[in-house]
Amino acid sequence: MTIPTIVGAGLAVIGAGIGIGMIGGKAMEAIARQPEAYGKIQTAMLIAAALIEGIGFAAIFAG
Amino acid sequence: MYFCTDFTDTIICSKMQRKTLVRLLSVLLFIVSFSAVAQHGMDVKEIAPGPEGNKTKKEEIKEFINHHLLDSHDFNLFGSTDELTGETKHYGFPLPVILWDGGLHTFMSSEFHHNNGVVVSNGNQYTLYHEKIYRTDAEGTINYDEKHHPTNVRPLDFSITKSVVMMLLTSLLLLWLFHSLSKSYAKNGRLPRGIGRFFEPIVLYIRDDIAIANIGEKKYKKYLPFLLTTFFFIWFLNMFGLTPLGVNVTGNIAVTTALAVIVFLITTFTGTKDYWKHIFDPLGDGMPWVGKILIYIILVPIEILGLFIKPFALLIRLYANMTAGHVVLMSLIGLIFIFKSWIGGPLSFGLSFAISLIELLVALLQAYIFTMLAALYFGFASETHAEHEAHEGEVQHL
Repeated sequence: MTIPTIVGAGLAVIGAGIGIGMIGGKAMEAIARQPEAYGKIQTAMLIAAALIEGIGFAAIFAG
Repeated sequence: MYFCTDFTDTIICSKMQRKTLVRLLSVLLFIVSFSAVAQHGMDVKEIAPGPEGNKTKKEEIKEFINHHLLDSHDFNLFGSTDELTGETKHYGFPLPVILWDGGLHTFMSSEFHHNNGVVVSNGNQYTLYHEKIYRTDAEGTINYDEKHHPTNVRPLDFSITKSVVMMLLTSLLLLWLFHSLSKSYAKNGRLPRGIGRFFEPIVLYIRDDIAIANIGEKKYKKYLPFLLTTFFFIWFLNMFGLTPLGVNVTGNIAVTTALAVIVFLITTFTGTKDYWKHIFDPLGDGMPWVGKILIYIILVPIEILGLFIKPFALLIRLYANMTAGHVVLMSLIGLIFIFKSWIGGPLSFGLSFAISLIELLVALLQAYIFTMLAALYFGFASETHAEHEAHEGEVQHL
Protein backbone atom coordinates (compact mmCIF):
# COMPACT_ATOMS: atom_id res chain seq x y z
CA MET A 1 0.00 0.00 0.00
CA THR A 2 1.42 3.32 -1.02
CA ILE A 3 0.55 6.67 0.49
CA PRO A 4 -1.42 8.02 -2.55
CA THR A 5 -3.72 4.98 -2.58
CA ILE A 6 -4.36 5.29 1.13
CA VAL A 7 -5.10 9.01 0.81
CA GLY A 8 -7.34 8.35 -2.19
CA ALA A 9 -9.28 5.66 -0.38
CA GLY A 10 -9.58 7.97 2.63
CA LEU A 11 -10.97 10.79 0.48
CA ALA A 12 -13.50 8.43 -1.09
CA VAL A 13 -14.59 7.25 2.33
CA ILE A 14 -14.95 10.86 3.50
CA GLY A 15 -17.20 11.42 0.49
CA ALA A 16 -19.28 8.36 1.33
CA GLY A 17 -19.48 9.48 4.94
CA ILE A 18 -20.72 12.93 3.98
CA GLY A 19 -23.25 11.30 1.66
CA ILE A 20 -24.64 8.99 4.30
CA GLY A 21 -24.68 11.84 6.80
CA MET A 22 -26.71 13.99 4.44
CA ILE A 23 -29.15 11.14 3.77
CA GLY A 24 -29.59 10.59 7.49
CA GLY A 25 -30.10 14.30 8.17
CA LYS A 26 -32.57 14.76 5.34
CA ALA A 27 -34.47 11.66 6.43
CA MET A 28 -34.71 13.10 9.95
CA GLU A 29 -36.10 16.35 8.55
CA ALA A 30 -38.55 14.46 6.37
CA ILE A 31 -39.74 12.35 9.28
CA ALA A 32 -40.12 15.44 11.44
CA ARG A 33 -42.21 17.05 8.72
CA GLN A 34 -44.30 13.96 7.98
CA PRO A 35 -44.17 11.52 10.89
CA GLU A 36 -46.85 9.32 9.30
CA ALA A 37 -44.52 8.55 6.37
CA TYR A 38 -41.87 7.19 8.76
CA GLY A 39 -41.79 3.67 7.32
CA LYS A 40 -41.47 4.70 3.70
CA ILE A 41 -38.79 7.31 4.43
CA GLN A 42 -36.78 4.84 6.48
CA THR A 43 -36.83 2.23 3.71
CA ALA A 44 -35.79 4.73 1.06
CA MET A 45 -33.08 6.07 3.37
CA LEU A 46 -31.63 2.61 4.01
CA ILE A 47 -31.52 1.76 0.31
CA ALA A 48 -29.75 5.01 -0.57
CA ALA A 49 -27.34 4.62 2.34
CA ALA A 50 -26.58 1.04 1.31
CA LEU A 51 -25.81 2.12 -2.25
CA ILE A 52 -23.40 4.83 -1.09
CA GLU A 53 -21.83 2.47 1.41
CA GLY A 54 -21.08 0.13 -1.49
CA ILE A 55 -19.03 2.88 -3.14
CA GLY A 56 -17.16 3.48 0.09
CA PHE A 57 -16.24 -0.18 0.39
CA ALA A 58 -15.26 -0.37 -3.26
CA ALA A 59 -12.86 2.51 -2.61
CA ILE A 60 -11.39 0.77 0.44
CA PHE A 61 -10.76 -2.39 -1.55
CA ALA A 62 -9.30 -0.48 -4.47
CA GLY A 63 -7.00 1.39 -2.07
CA MET B 1 -39.90 -16.76 27.35
CA TYR B 2 -42.96 -15.68 29.24
CA PHE B 3 -45.46 -13.33 27.64
CA CYS B 4 -48.54 -11.75 29.20
CA THR B 5 -51.65 -12.97 27.49
CA ASP B 6 -54.46 -12.35 29.98
CA PHE B 7 -55.37 -9.17 31.77
CA THR B 8 -55.75 -10.61 35.26
CA ASP B 9 -52.78 -10.26 37.56
CA THR B 10 -51.36 -7.50 35.40
CA ILE B 11 -48.98 -6.28 38.07
CA ILE B 12 -47.44 -9.69 38.69
CA CYS B 13 -47.33 -10.22 35.04
CA SER B 14 -45.44 -7.02 34.27
CA LYS B 15 -43.03 -7.82 37.07
CA MET B 16 -42.39 -11.22 35.58
CA GLN B 17 -41.92 -9.71 32.19
CA ARG B 18 -39.37 -7.32 33.57
CA LYS B 19 -37.62 -10.20 35.26
CA THR B 20 -37.54 -12.11 32.00
CA LEU B 21 -36.16 -9.07 30.26
CA VAL B 22 -33.43 -8.65 32.86
CA ARG B 23 -32.60 -12.35 32.60
CA LEU B 24 -32.49 -12.15 28.84
CA LEU B 25 -30.24 -9.09 28.91
CA SER B 26 -27.84 -10.68 31.36
CA VAL B 27 -27.61 -13.78 29.19
CA LEU B 28 -26.89 -11.51 26.22
CA LEU B 29 -24.19 -9.61 28.10
CA PHE B 30 -22.70 -12.87 29.29
CA ILE B 31 -22.52 -14.24 25.76
CA VAL B 32 -20.95 -11.07 24.38
CA SER B 33 -18.35 -10.89 27.15
CA PHE B 34 -17.63 -14.59 26.75
CA SER B 35 -17.03 -14.07 23.08
CA ALA B 36 -14.51 -11.35 23.90
CA VAL B 37 -12.74 -13.66 26.32
CA ALA B 38 -12.75 -16.53 23.88
CA GLN B 39 -11.33 -14.44 21.09
CA HIS B 40 -8.75 -13.09 23.46
CA GLY B 41 -7.87 -16.70 24.24
CA MET B 42 -7.45 -17.41 20.56
CA ASP B 43 -5.05 -14.52 20.22
CA VAL B 44 -2.77 -15.95 22.87
CA LYS B 45 -1.97 -19.13 20.98
CA GLU B 46 -0.39 -17.22 18.12
CA ILE B 47 1.95 -15.31 20.41
CA ALA B 48 4.28 -18.29 20.62
CA PRO B 49 7.39 -17.72 18.50
CA GLY B 50 6.59 -19.25 15.14
CA PRO B 51 8.96 -21.02 12.77
CA GLU B 52 9.74 -17.67 11.11
CA GLY B 53 11.48 -16.49 14.26
CA ASN B 54 10.55 -13.55 16.46
CA LYS B 55 7.91 -11.20 15.15
CA THR B 56 6.61 -8.06 16.73
CA LYS B 57 3.28 -8.20 18.52
CA LYS B 58 1.66 -6.04 15.84
CA GLU B 59 2.67 -8.41 13.07
CA GLU B 60 1.44 -11.38 15.05
CA ILE B 61 -1.96 -9.79 15.64
CA LYS B 62 -2.24 -8.86 11.98
CA GLU B 63 -1.38 -12.40 10.97
CA PHE B 64 -3.91 -13.81 13.39
CA ILE B 65 -6.68 -11.57 12.04
CA ASN B 66 -5.82 -12.54 8.47
CA HIS B 67 -5.89 -16.16 9.50
CA HIS B 68 -9.30 -15.71 11.09
CA LEU B 69 -10.74 -14.11 7.97
CA LEU B 70 -9.77 -17.10 5.83
CA ASP B 71 -11.69 -20.32 5.58
CA SER B 72 -10.07 -23.22 7.39
CA HIS B 73 -9.74 -26.98 6.95
CA ASP B 74 -9.86 -27.51 10.74
CA PHE B 75 -12.63 -26.52 13.09
CA ASN B 76 -10.40 -24.92 15.68
CA LEU B 77 -12.25 -23.94 18.85
CA PHE B 78 -9.44 -22.63 21.03
CA GLY B 79 -5.77 -23.12 21.72
CA SER B 80 -3.31 -22.67 24.54
CA THR B 81 0.41 -22.01 24.69
CA ASP B 82 2.80 -23.30 27.29
CA GLU B 83 4.66 -20.18 28.48
CA LEU B 84 7.88 -22.04 29.19
CA THR B 85 8.27 -24.36 26.22
CA GLY B 86 6.37 -22.18 23.74
CA GLU B 87 4.40 -25.21 22.60
CA THR B 88 0.95 -24.51 21.23
CA LYS B 89 -1.94 -26.90 21.61
CA HIS B 90 -5.05 -26.55 19.47
CA TYR B 91 -8.42 -27.85 20.52
CA GLY B 92 -11.03 -28.57 17.89
CA PHE B 93 -11.86 -31.25 15.41
CA PRO B 94 -10.55 -32.11 11.95
CA LEU B 95 -12.73 -31.91 8.85
CA PRO B 96 -12.73 -34.11 5.77
CA VAL B 97 -10.63 -33.02 2.79
CA ILE B 98 -12.03 -33.93 -0.62
CA LEU B 99 -9.77 -33.26 -3.61
CA TRP B 100 -10.17 -33.90 -7.31
CA ASP B 101 -6.76 -34.30 -8.91
CA GLY B 102 -7.01 -36.83 -11.72
CA GLY B 103 -9.09 -38.92 -9.34
CA LEU B 104 -10.76 -38.55 -5.99
CA HIS B 105 -8.59 -38.05 -2.90
CA THR B 106 -10.19 -38.05 0.53
CA PHE B 107 -8.56 -37.85 3.94
CA MET B 108 -9.03 -36.06 7.25
CA SER B 109 -7.38 -32.67 7.70
CA SER B 110 -5.74 -33.90 10.95
CA GLU B 111 -3.25 -35.78 8.77
CA PHE B 112 -1.69 -32.42 7.86
CA HIS B 113 -0.43 -32.16 11.45
CA HIS B 114 1.82 -35.22 11.19
CA ASN B 115 4.69 -36.20 8.94
CA ASN B 116 5.97 -32.63 8.39
CA GLY B 117 2.60 -31.52 7.01
CA VAL B 118 2.69 -33.82 3.99
CA VAL B 119 -0.22 -36.16 3.27
CA VAL B 120 0.19 -39.04 0.83
CA SER B 121 -3.03 -40.01 -0.93
CA ASN B 122 -3.20 -42.46 -3.86
CA GLY B 123 0.40 -41.76 -4.81
CA ASN B 124 0.15 -37.93 -4.68
CA GLN B 125 1.54 -35.75 -1.92
CA TYR B 126 -0.33 -32.72 -0.63
CA THR B 127 0.52 -30.00 1.82
CA LEU B 128 -1.27 -27.08 3.40
CA TYR B 129 0.06 -23.56 2.94
CA HIS B 130 -1.95 -20.58 4.22
CA GLU B 131 -5.11 -22.73 4.37
CA LYS B 132 -4.77 -23.71 0.71
CA ILE B 133 -3.86 -27.20 -0.46
CA TYR B 134 -0.98 -27.66 -2.92
CA ARG B 135 0.46 -30.73 -4.62
CA THR B 136 4.01 -31.26 -3.46
CA ASP B 137 6.83 -33.83 -3.23
CA ALA B 138 7.77 -36.10 -0.34
CA GLU B 139 9.57 -33.28 1.56
CA GLY B 140 6.65 -30.87 1.24
CA THR B 141 8.61 -28.30 -0.81
CA ILE B 142 6.73 -25.26 -2.02
CA ASN B 143 8.19 -23.22 -4.87
CA TYR B 144 7.58 -19.49 -4.96
CA ASP B 145 7.62 -16.95 -7.73
CA GLU B 146 9.23 -13.54 -7.24
CA LYS B 147 6.11 -12.16 -5.52
CA HIS B 148 6.25 -15.00 -2.97
CA HIS B 149 3.17 -16.72 -4.38
CA PRO B 150 3.39 -20.53 -4.51
CA THR B 151 3.74 -21.98 -8.01
CA ASN B 152 2.76 -25.53 -7.02
CA VAL B 153 -0.27 -27.17 -8.66
CA ARG B 154 -3.52 -26.65 -6.77
CA PRO B 155 -5.97 -29.55 -7.02
CA LEU B 156 -9.71 -28.85 -7.20
CA ASP B 157 -10.75 -28.53 -3.57
CA PHE B 158 -14.24 -29.72 -2.64
CA SER B 159 -13.44 -30.07 1.05
CA ILE B 160 -15.95 -29.72 3.84
CA THR B 161 -14.29 -26.65 5.35
CA LYS B 162 -15.26 -24.69 8.44
CA SER B 163 -17.54 -22.37 6.42
CA VAL B 164 -19.21 -25.33 4.72
CA VAL B 165 -19.83 -26.97 8.09
CA MET B 166 -21.38 -23.76 9.42
CA MET B 167 -23.57 -23.35 6.34
CA LEU B 168 -24.77 -26.95 6.57
CA LEU B 169 -25.49 -26.52 10.27
CA THR B 170 -27.37 -23.28 9.65
CA SER B 171 -29.39 -24.87 6.87
CA LEU B 172 -30.31 -27.77 9.13
CA LEU B 173 -31.19 -25.38 11.94
CA LEU B 174 -33.41 -23.33 9.62
CA LEU B 175 -35.07 -26.45 8.25
CA TRP B 176 -35.75 -27.83 11.70
CA LEU B 177 -36.84 -24.49 13.17
CA PHE B 178 -39.26 -23.42 10.48
CA HIS B 179 -40.57 -26.91 9.82
CA SER B 180 -41.48 -27.35 13.47
CA LEU B 181 -42.93 -23.82 13.50
CA SER B 182 -45.19 -24.55 10.56
CA LYS B 183 -46.33 -27.76 12.26
CA SER B 184 -47.07 -25.91 15.50
CA TYR B 185 -49.17 -23.40 13.53
CA ALA B 186 -51.22 -26.22 12.06
CA LYS B 187 -51.71 -27.77 15.49
CA ASN B 188 -52.57 -24.60 17.42
CA GLY B 189 -55.17 -23.26 15.06
CA ARG B 190 -52.88 -20.70 13.35
CA LEU B 191 -51.70 -19.15 16.59
CA PRO B 192 -47.99 -18.67 17.22
CA ARG B 193 -46.53 -20.59 20.15
CA GLY B 194 -43.17 -20.37 21.86
CA ILE B 195 -40.40 -19.08 19.61
CA GLY B 196 -42.96 -18.54 16.87
CA ARG B 197 -44.00 -15.41 18.74
CA PHE B 198 -40.56 -14.04 18.08
CA PHE B 199 -40.33 -15.08 14.43
CA GLU B 200 -43.87 -14.31 13.29
CA PRO B 201 -43.47 -10.50 13.23
CA ILE B 202 -40.19 -10.84 11.33
CA VAL B 203 -41.71 -13.12 8.72
CA LEU B 204 -44.71 -10.82 8.40
CA TYR B 205 -42.44 -7.79 8.10
CA ILE B 206 -40.54 -9.42 5.26
CA ARG B 207 -43.78 -10.36 3.54
CA ASP B 208 -45.54 -7.01 3.94
CA ASP B 209 -42.76 -4.43 3.91
CA ILE B 210 -40.19 -6.10 1.71
CA ALA B 211 -41.92 -8.51 -0.68
CA ILE B 212 -45.30 -6.86 -1.22
CA ALA B 213 -43.93 -3.32 -1.04
CA ASN B 214 -41.30 -3.95 -3.73
CA ILE B 215 -42.71 -6.72 -5.91
CA GLY B 216 -46.44 -6.09 -5.69
CA GLU B 217 -49.52 -7.94 -4.49
CA LYS B 218 -49.84 -10.14 -7.56
CA LYS B 219 -46.42 -11.67 -7.93
CA TYR B 220 -44.79 -11.59 -4.52
CA LYS B 221 -45.72 -15.20 -3.68
CA LYS B 222 -43.30 -16.59 -6.25
CA TYR B 223 -40.35 -14.79 -4.64
CA LEU B 224 -41.26 -14.88 -0.96
CA PRO B 225 -39.72 -18.31 -0.14
CA PHE B 226 -36.37 -17.21 -1.54
CA LEU B 227 -36.46 -13.85 0.27
CA LEU B 228 -37.32 -15.45 3.62
CA THR B 229 -34.66 -18.14 3.23
CA THR B 230 -31.96 -15.63 2.27
CA PHE B 231 -32.87 -13.30 5.10
CA PHE B 232 -32.73 -15.93 7.81
CA PHE B 233 -29.71 -17.68 6.29
CA ILE B 234 -27.67 -14.46 6.21
CA TRP B 235 -28.91 -13.26 9.58
CA PHE B 236 -28.14 -16.56 11.33
CA LEU B 237 -24.71 -16.79 9.75
CA ASN B 238 -23.94 -13.19 10.71
CA MET B 239 -24.97 -13.96 14.28
CA PHE B 240 -22.85 -17.13 14.33
CA GLY B 241 -19.94 -14.91 13.29
CA LEU B 242 -20.31 -13.04 16.60
CA THR B 243 -20.19 -16.18 18.74
CA PRO B 244 -16.92 -17.54 20.12
CA LEU B 245 -16.94 -20.24 17.43
CA GLY B 246 -14.78 -17.86 15.40
CA VAL B 247 -16.50 -18.49 12.08
CA ASN B 248 -16.57 -15.90 9.33
CA VAL B 249 -18.92 -17.26 6.69
CA THR B 250 -20.71 -14.18 5.36
CA GLY B 251 -17.34 -12.39 5.43
CA ASN B 252 -16.14 -14.85 2.81
CA ILE B 253 -16.39 -13.44 -0.70
CA ALA B 254 -17.10 -16.85 -2.25
CA VAL B 255 -20.22 -17.27 -0.12
CA THR B 256 -21.59 -13.81 -0.86
CA THR B 257 -20.77 -14.29 -4.56
CA ALA B 258 -22.84 -17.47 -4.63
CA LEU B 259 -25.76 -15.66 -2.97
CA ALA B 260 -25.52 -12.76 -5.42
CA VAL B 261 -25.31 -15.14 -8.39
CA ILE B 262 -28.55 -16.78 -7.27
CA VAL B 263 -30.20 -13.34 -7.08
CA PHE B 264 -28.84 -12.51 -10.56
CA LEU B 265 -30.13 -15.78 -12.03
CA ILE B 266 -33.60 -15.33 -10.54
CA THR B 267 -33.75 -11.73 -11.79
CA THR B 268 -32.63 -12.75 -15.27
CA PHE B 269 -34.89 -15.76 -15.70
CA THR B 270 -38.04 -14.25 -14.23
CA GLY B 271 -37.62 -11.00 -16.17
CA THR B 272 -40.71 -10.04 -18.16
CA LYS B 273 -40.73 -8.83 -21.73
CA ASP B 274 -41.08 -5.27 -20.48
CA TYR B 275 -38.04 -5.63 -18.26
CA TRP B 276 -35.84 -6.52 -21.22
CA LYS B 277 -37.50 -3.87 -23.33
CA HIS B 278 -36.66 -1.35 -20.63
CA ILE B 279 -33.01 -2.31 -20.96
CA PHE B 280 -32.65 -2.58 -24.73
CA ASP B 281 -35.32 -0.16 -25.93
CA PRO B 282 -36.25 2.19 -23.09
CA LEU B 283 -37.62 4.98 -25.30
CA GLY B 284 -40.06 2.75 -27.17
CA ASP B 285 -42.07 4.33 -29.94
CA GLY B 286 -41.63 7.85 -28.66
CA MET B 287 -38.75 8.67 -31.01
CA PRO B 288 -37.69 7.93 -34.62
CA TRP B 289 -34.98 5.27 -34.95
CA VAL B 290 -32.28 7.73 -36.08
CA GLY B 291 -32.46 9.60 -32.82
CA LYS B 292 -32.71 6.42 -30.83
CA ILE B 293 -29.50 4.93 -32.23
CA LEU B 294 -27.49 7.96 -31.12
CA ILE B 295 -28.80 7.73 -27.59
CA TYR B 296 -28.67 3.93 -27.37
CA ILE B 297 -24.94 3.83 -28.18
CA ILE B 298 -24.45 5.19 -24.68
CA LEU B 299 -27.61 4.09 -22.90
CA VAL B 300 -27.78 0.39 -23.74
CA PRO B 301 -24.20 -0.46 -22.63
CA ILE B 302 -24.86 1.35 -19.35
CA GLU B 303 -28.08 -0.58 -18.81
CA ILE B 304 -26.33 -3.89 -19.59
CA LEU B 305 -23.51 -2.98 -17.22
CA GLY B 306 -26.12 -2.15 -14.60
CA LEU B 307 -27.43 -5.72 -14.81
CA PHE B 308 -24.09 -6.98 -13.48
CA ILE B 309 -23.28 -4.08 -11.16
CA LYS B 310 -26.44 -4.67 -9.13
CA PRO B 311 -25.54 -8.17 -7.88
CA PHE B 312 -21.88 -7.16 -7.66
CA ALA B 313 -22.73 -4.33 -5.26
CA LEU B 314 -24.84 -6.82 -3.32
CA LEU B 315 -21.97 -9.25 -2.82
CA ILE B 316 -19.36 -6.58 -2.05
CA ARG B 317 -21.62 -4.89 0.52
CA LEU B 318 -22.27 -8.01 2.58
CA TYR B 319 -18.68 -9.25 2.34
CA ALA B 320 -17.10 -5.90 3.18
CA ASN B 321 -19.43 -5.14 6.06
CA MET B 322 -18.90 -8.45 7.79
CA THR B 323 -15.15 -8.47 7.14
CA ALA B 324 -14.82 -4.91 8.43
CA GLY B 325 -16.77 -5.83 11.56
CA HIS B 326 -14.56 -8.82 12.30
CA VAL B 327 -11.34 -6.87 11.67
CA VAL B 328 -12.39 -4.00 13.94
CA LEU B 329 -13.49 -6.34 16.70
CA MET B 330 -10.33 -8.41 16.62
CA SER B 331 -8.06 -5.37 16.37
CA LEU B 332 -9.70 -3.93 19.48
CA ILE B 333 -9.12 -7.20 21.33
CA GLY B 334 -5.54 -7.11 20.06
CA LEU B 335 -5.08 -3.80 21.92
CA ILE B 336 -4.59 -5.84 25.11
CA PHE B 337 -1.34 -7.26 23.74
CA ILE B 338 -0.14 -3.96 22.34
CA PHE B 339 -0.68 -1.89 25.49
CA LYS B 340 0.66 -4.54 27.87
CA SER B 341 -0.49 -2.51 30.86
CA TRP B 342 -3.58 -2.17 33.03
CA ILE B 343 -5.13 0.30 30.55
CA GLY B 344 -5.35 -2.32 27.79
CA GLY B 345 -7.84 -4.65 29.46
CA PRO B 346 -10.65 -2.24 30.35
CA LEU B 347 -10.11 -0.17 27.19
CA SER B 348 -10.21 -3.20 24.95
CA PHE B 349 -13.18 -4.68 26.78
CA GLY B 350 -15.17 -1.44 26.67
CA LEU B 351 -14.50 -0.76 23.01
CA SER B 352 -15.03 -4.34 21.83
CA PHE B 353 -18.23 -4.55 23.88
CA ALA B 354 -19.60 -1.41 22.23
CA ILE B 355 -18.58 -2.64 18.77
CA SER B 356 -20.13 -6.04 19.52
CA LEU B 357 -23.45 -4.35 20.21
CA ILE B 358 -23.18 -2.39 16.95
CA GLU B 359 -22.31 -5.63 15.16
CA LEU B 360 -25.52 -7.21 16.49
CA LEU B 361 -27.37 -4.41 14.71
CA VAL B 362 -25.22 -4.69 11.58
CA ALA B 363 -25.86 -8.44 11.41
CA LEU B 364 -29.59 -7.79 11.19
CA LEU B 365 -29.25 -4.70 8.99
CA GLN B 366 -27.09 -6.42 6.36
CA ALA B 367 -29.49 -9.36 6.12
CA TYR B 368 -32.32 -6.83 5.76
CA ILE B 369 -30.51 -4.78 3.10
CA PHE B 370 -29.60 -7.87 1.09
CA THR B 371 -33.19 -9.13 1.13
CA MET B 372 -34.56 -5.66 0.47
CA LEU B 373 -32.37 -5.02 -2.57
CA ALA B 374 -32.99 -8.54 -3.91
CA ALA B 375 -36.73 -7.86 -3.64
CA LEU B 376 -36.23 -4.52 -5.38
CA TYR B 377 -34.42 -6.19 -8.29
CA PHE B 378 -37.10 -8.88 -8.50
CA GLY B 379 -39.67 -6.10 -8.53
CA PHE B 380 -37.94 -4.43 -11.50
CA ALA B 381 -37.74 -7.76 -13.32
CA SER B 382 -41.34 -8.83 -12.82
CA GLU B 383 -42.99 -5.49 -13.48
CA THR B 384 -45.04 -5.25 -16.66
CA HIS B 385 -45.48 -2.05 -18.63
CA ALA B 386 -49.05 -1.43 -17.49
CA GLU B 387 -48.12 -1.87 -13.82
CA HIS B 388 -45.15 0.43 -14.27
CA GLU B 389 -47.39 3.18 -15.67
CA ALA B 390 -49.93 2.70 -12.89
CA HIS B 391 -47.17 2.83 -10.30
CA GLU B 392 -45.73 6.03 -11.71
CA GLY B 393 -49.17 7.60 -11.79
CA GLU B 394 -49.58 6.70 -8.15
CA VAL B 395 -46.30 8.33 -7.25
CA GLN B 396 -47.22 11.52 -9.07
CA HIS B 397 -50.55 11.49 -7.36
CA LEU B 398 -48.90 11.49 -3.96
